[in-house]
Amino acid sequence: MLVATAATVLVVGGLVLGVVSSPGWPTVQETFLDPFHARESFPAILDGFWLNVTMFLIAEPLILALGLGLALARQSRSPLLVPLRAIAVAWTDVFRGIPTLVLVFLLVFGMPSLGLQGVPTSIFFWATVALVVSYSAYVAEVFRSGIESVHPSQLASADALGLSRGQAMRFVVVPQAVRRVVPPLLNDFVSLQKDTALVASVSLFDALFSARDYANFNFNYTPYVVVAVFFVVLTVPLARLTDALGRRYAERERAGAR
Amino acid sequence: MTGGTAGPLLEVQALRKTYGARLVLDDVDLSVGAGDVVCLIGSSGSGKSTLLRCVNLLEDIDDGRILLEGREISDPLVDQREVRSRMGTVFQAYNLFPHLTVLDNCTLAPRRVHGVARREAETRARALLEEFGLAEHAGQHPDRLSGGQQQRAALVRALCTEPSLLLLDEITAALDPELVGEVLAIVRRLAEQGTTMVLATHEMSFAREVATTVCFLHEGRILEQGPPEQILTAPREERTRQFLRRVLPG
Ligand SMILES: Nc1ncnc2c1ncn2[C@@H]1O[C@H](COP(=O)(O)OP(=O)(O)O)[C@@H](O)[C@H]1O
Ligand SMILES: [Mg+2]
Repeated sequence: MLVATAATVLVVGGLVLGVVSSPGWPTVQETFLDPFHARESFPAILDGFWLNVTMFLIAEPLILALGLGLALARQSRSPLLVPLRAIAVAWTDVFRGIPTLVLVFLLVFGMPSLGLQGVPTSIFFWATVALVVSYSAYVAEVFRSGIESVHPSQLASADALGLSRGQAMRFVVVPQAVRRVVPPLLNDFVSLQKDTALVASVSLFDALFSARDYANFNFNYTPYVVVAVFFVVLTVPLARLTDALGRRYAERERAGAR
Repeated sequence: MTGGTAGPLLEVQALRKTYGARLVLDDVDLSVGAGDVVCLIGSSGSGKSTLLRCVNLLEDIDDGRILLEGREISDPLVDQREVRSRMGTVFQAYNLFPHLTVLDNCTLAPRRVHGVARREAETRARALLEEFGLAEHAGQHPDRLSGGQQQRAALVRALCTEPSLLLLDEITAALDPELVGEVLAIVRRLAEQGTTMVLATHEMSFAREVATTVCFLHEGRILEQGPPEQILTAPREERTRQFLRRVLPG
């Protein structure tokens, strides 16, 4: 314990000293760590941050639903659902391959210019859709790995009880799969929270855009550090929750494996 | 149970099953009357599990027929779910659903497959759990139970749908020796109550005690079958004698 503390102090202290004593440090301190600019930019960034949080809260449930739907479609055996399965495969292949930022550009600029009746033109709408589409492809794969990790004997047991394939999925396989993939899913949540900042690139007044606005106007980059702190504060609780759930699951697995 | 049907409850005729090029069941005939307890014995790989899986339609068969209560269930047009819902099956291990309590494990099929109301399904499940000494575990998840308790719970779950036929595949094989007894005690009790069962087992003394018929399987064929006294003490076939010498103590 003592050794660990000493080692930590030594390493961190050394790093801080190295940075602080660098020749450029005074300039960096002035342009990135100015308390005045931090205070000044804070309200606008906080305002923008709500947009990030809102977008996250809207996108996440949609991503979960769509991801699970895609995973189930890929898993289905019914010949009637073959076209659906093909779409699900194509969806994950294509949208996992496109960088999320590119997808944001394509949808935000592309969809409204189609000029179709009834198609929304809101940037917020299409930016959210882009995140949903991109992340659903990842989350589908997470769900799929969870579904495949459920032991085949569970399906055999469900079959033997007379449950239909759909019932077996709904009551037996999916509940077990979901429990298993909670930690990796939370990991994707963390990543999604951060990626809401991508919408700054299409001029949505989110936290990052507000920071950039302020920075360009005042020639000071401190707001970027403020934005970083906002995201860290939002992310840390999720990260700890991920760890805790992962640990709990590992313990339960050990207990179950007699 | 069988209503007015005079014939056997289950009849397997000239059953053939292959996995790819591998012949796993070859010309198997088996007849199980109501109240019979048929024990399948034979070395590992002889086809016992496959036979049970064919009977409850978990495997497609290549040739032959399977009849349940006089009706051909191996017909591809038959509703397999409906057929399976009339049989109870317990495998060697991992039967229970780990995310559900013992009680929910027991009521899942009655509620979802047989359309029994929740309250009624729970009442019946609790009565059976009580009867088989699991009352205090009804609200627990399977991982809280010992291996023996888990298999007993799996048996109760299979009984909750009031099946006309019970299929048991080496249900004590994965258990520690001291837990085998409590599970066999239940099977013995079911046999005494007149439950029709087909069970694969390697517990020869148990087979001798409960079986009405013992079938010796060898390389996918039923080499001989008959009452336990005959098959287990005075077998006709040399293969059976060899097998029994290996598995019987002394
Ligand atoms: N799914 C399968 N695919 C291929 N071969 C199988 C499969 N299941 C069982 N077998 C083979 O069928 C034979 C009979 O197996 P099984 O019925 O499990 O025997 P037993 O239960 O008597 O030990 C074995 O040779 C086994 O390797
Ligand atoms: Mg077997």
